[in-house]
Amino acid sequence: MNYQSYAPSTYEHDGKSAETRNLKPGELSTGTTIMAIPFEGGVVLGADSRVSTGTYVANRVSDKVAQLHDSIWCCRSGSAADTQALTDYVRHYLSQLAVETGRAPTVKVAAHLMRKLCYENKDNLMAGVIVGGWDPVEKGSVYNIPLGGSCIKMPFAIGGSGSTYIYGLVDSEFKEALSKDEALSLVKKSISHAMARDGSSGGIIRTVVVTESGNEREYVPGDQLPYGPAGW
Amino acid sequence: MASSGSGYDLSASTFSPDGRIFQVEYASKAVNNAGTALGLKCRNGVVLCVEKPLLNKMLLPNSNRRIHTVDTHSGIAITGFVSDGRQIVNRAREECSNYEETYGTKVPPTVLGDRLAAYVHYFTLHGSLRPFGATALLASYDTETKEHCLQMIEPSGVSYKYFGCAAGKGRQPAKTELEKLDINKPDRGENIDVREGVKQLARIIHLLHEEGKDKPFELEMSWLCEESGWEHKGVPRDLIKEAVEWAKKDIAEAEESESEEDDDDDDDEEMNE
Repeated sequence: MNYQSYAPSTYEHDGKSAETRNLKPGELSTGTTIMAIPFEGGVVLGADSRVSTGTYVANRVSDKVAQLHDSIWCCRSGSAADTQALTDYVRHYLSQLAVETGRAPTVKVAAHLMRKLCYENKDNLMAGVIVGGWDPVEKGSVYNIPLGGSCIKMPFAIGGSGSTYIYGLVDSEFKEALSKDEALSLVKKSISHAMARDGSSGGIIRTVVVTESGNEREYVPGDQLPYGPAGW
Repeated sequence: MASSGSGYDLSASTFSPDGRIFQVEYASKAVNNAGTALGLKCRNGVVLCVEKPLLNKMLLPNSNRRIHTVDTHSGIAITGFVSDGRQIVNRAREECSNYEETYGTKVPPTVLGDRLAAYVHYFTLHGSLRPFGATALLASYDTETKEHCLQMIEPSGVSYKYFGCAAGKGRQPAKTELEKLDINKPDRGENIDVREGVKQLARIIHLLHEEGKDKPFELEMSWLCEESGWEHKGVPRDLIKEAVEWAKKDIAEAEESESEEDDDDDDDEEMNE
């Protein structure tokens, strides 16, 4: 794979996505679609399941929604290795903090730790993460931590290469104070749409519903997606 | 209370045959020679108070602070060696700042208290260091659980949470007085509120002061309560003045009813903040 130079004198489009261009040869990318939506009483996190190296799909059923603590989860996009390492670090720090403070950490703290790692190692990482969960202070909350290491609390967050195709859809369908079922169906619908158009997204849709009482993991098989290309 | 060290008291890293570390005990004695510091956990906040003996008529009023803010939600009152106390305060400020930088949230009171206790304790472990000759009263608010908290860190490195605590010269009579207050009722709603707490602490300090027949003193008070927006601030000066006036009146009335001789109030040059 030849590297595209960062500032070509004439613009050359090589057909590769911005992500693929910046990965090392052979590196796995979770070029992906991820999203998280808070609702009354918790958060719904969702992701596709495709992991690719170039055009080869290395894993078509991967799990991009990782657990950081009892009620704190994160969606991973970008380099699979980088996001796995980040997740492991944050999980470790959070469990230590829980022991020292004697209580479950808040989503804000988890997001802050993740952001600290992403920002301070920004030159060596390619990771876009969405941290979401439930805590007694803020109830359901979602933090978006894109590539540079900024951390913004948002009413909902989408990320990954596939998210560009669904900004319009989510913007028009999202409203504050959704119910759990509404949030869940919006997540599934949006990710389906992204999977239909983004080559780096596909497979199944994995969702996690996080509430005060616990977590519910679900997946939608690839042949039962709410939306697919015409003719399905 | 004869405790002859006889050779086992030269270093903090030496136990005595009966299992004591004399240097740590001597450090506590250093604290006991200094002005009284009181802390009170009321229903809706924490009040800290320090009696500062005015050693020198040339001292500028309101200088030589004994109560320091270590973060918006935490404050420390020091008694004992003031310079040793400064070190504890500086460390507390660092801990608060580092915690917030790492975790993005204000340090919980228990964590701060434990870390300060560990820091103070460190100095009781090494022969080349001496223990701190200061006790720190830590008033703090937990921004997540919305609970306020009072802790005391002693030179030995122990820290406990208290409803009311006292350190310094007048701590024995102060503790007796504190126990009479409504601060530990089973129904928390019956405990006194901070304004009442301010008055009671002023009263206790003045009560002890008569007994000591000491130099004139300055009264420094701070609080961390609903009224201060859960931020550690100095108690407003007019409130302290009110409290002191009420305290003197209350003491005078109590003494009249016991028909003892009057105090000479003229001797006390209290400088109210």
